[in-house]
Amino acid sequence: MGLEDLYREIIIDHYRSPRNRGELGEPATRTEGFNPLCGDEVVVFLDIDEGGVVTDVKIGGQGCSISMASASMMSAAVKGKTIDEVQQLTSSFKSMMSIHEREIGGDGSESEADSIVDAEFPMGDLEAMRGVVKFPVRIKCATLGWNTLLQGIDEHPAVS
Amino acid sequence: MSPLAGHKADFPVLARTFDDKPLIYLDSANTSQKPQMVIDAMAEYYERSNANVHRGSYKLAHEATEALEGARAKVARFINAPAVHEVIFAKNVTELLNLLAQTWGRANLGKGDAVVLTEMEHHANIVPWHMLAAERGIELRWIPITPDGQLDLREIDRLLDGAKLLSFTAMSNVLGTITPVAELSALAHAAGATVIVDASQHVPHLPTDVQAMGADFVAFTGHKMLGPMGIGALWGRTELLEAMPPFLGGGEMILNVTKEGFTTTELPWKFEAGTPAVDAAVGLGAAVDYLSAVGMEAIREHEVSLTGYAMRTLTERHGDDITIHGPSEPASRGGVFSFTYKGVHPHDIAQVLDEQNICVRAGHHCAKPLMKVLGENATTRASLYLYNDESDIDALADTLSAADMFAL
Ligand SMILES: Cc1ncc(COP(=O)(O)O)c(C=O)c1O
Repeated sequence: MGLEDLYREIIIDHYRSPRNRGELGEPATRTEGFNPLCGDEVVVFLDIDEGGVVTDVKIGGQGCSISMASASMMSAAVKGKTIDEVQQLTSSFKSMMSIHEREIGGDGSESEADSIVDAEFPMGDLEAMRGVVKFPVRIKCATLGWNTLLQGIDEHPAVS
Repeated sequence: MSPLAGHKADFPVLARTFDDKPLIYLDSANTSQKPQMVIDAMAEYYERSNANVHRGSYKLAHEATEALEGARAKVARFINAPAVHEVIFAKNVTELLNLLAQTWGRANLGKGDAVVLTEMEHHANIVPWHMLAAERGIELRWIPITPDGQLDLREIDRLLDGAKLLSFTAMSNVLGTITPVAELSALAHAAGATVIVDASQHVPHLPTDVQAMGADFVAFTGHKMLGPMGIGALWGRTELLEAMPPFLGGGEMILNVTKEGFTTTELPWKFEAGTPAVDAAVGLGAAVDYLSAVGMEAIREHEVSLTGYAMRTLTERHGDDITIHGPSEPASRGGVFSFTYKGVHPHDIAQVLDEQNICVRAGHHCAKPLMKVLGENATTRASLYLYNDESDIDALADTLSAADMFAL
């Protein structure tokens, strides 16, 4: 297992040229997420319309290549999706990042988790993040933006 | 060749390899590795002497009790404590600082009372006081740091004026700064304040004499000084310990219990409720034996020289690309280097170093207020101990360039 499994080209690209970097003013919501292990901070700005569609998303904060690239990919992936779709994509992504669920399964449930991911949502660029699972200390970096996004959705006035 | 060369062989973990490459351990400020002697002492305790302590009426239990109390005596001697009963064991320094906040703190601090800390404290010496502040309405004051990472004592008289407590680190786990403990203790006492010293980074690396420090309480943690995880020690003055209420209630700490109430037993057991970590105490005793045999003066000398080598090597090799925080003079610091390199995030630096089996810590090092003062979110930290040598520093300096791929 080498570093190239972790730092795939597309990840480095999102790290060097982050998508949707910036801020959104009212009525967008602003949600902060922290990684207490290292002090990394991601800020997610969210615009959701009455139809429950994510019309805009911006990312702020600072962190390592994995947390920043993951948040950048996330922002590109969720724009234009409905909240339902975003929540499903998030849980697909998180199950891709979960070593424990796979280990506990131990009876073929691993492939089940994968098939959900593949059937519901083509993960596209996000597939590149799969290598992170081999570096367990970095999983929290990869999921920071996504957890912050979920929290932002929960707190959004358009969602009840 | 350093006079300490050869000691590396006493630490079995340091012989490990990953992918056929050796392990280069530069994270001793986080936890130290353990010499075979400590591991053996703990195994031997279980193989020969295990029983519950202070309760048995048989020979084996007596032996276990002797093992615990013998370890306490060794620790007391190691730090030059005036009396063995002034040394209290708990699971780590965090628990001991909480013990002080919950017992001495609750008995002595009320609304508006001031507690003085420094900007370079570990969270273990911040959060217990925040908790008390929330409950009691006490005021926290902070001794600032200079650009060179020393305590800035220009306003010390004002900060100590009317304060009830000064609680501070003897050596920063982020900057390596060695603080003037005796001087600060004297100033605090002159101002009428009680003094707690967090010596977690001091006791493992420098000769420690609690009487010379002049403080009222000195706390430290066993796993950073070649001992096992699960034990820490607190030295305190008898009269203060006796006046303090107990911490946890239960077995071992009582003299008598009735339906109406309880009375506490004598020191040190008054603060050691429940079955203690006898195995860990035995391991800490063996660690103290090991450190004494090598000699704390020799360890300090080795680390000063290696610190000088590290600072020279890293700056010669990387020039302005690297910023090492903390004092520039090796004699006023321990072997702890927090650095930033080309603006690369510490996680990414630690990852490329790990590729060569170099173990460092990336993050805020449980000192977020200090990180804020330094203007960093996180740093990479390399830290030394007696088993490190120049080749470890060379490996770090060589491998760091691999992080260039992340420079923006
Ligand atoms: C200065 C200092 N204080 C307190 C601690 C906390 O030690 P422990 O986790 O063993 O309680 C540490 C180490 O993490 C430290 O370096």
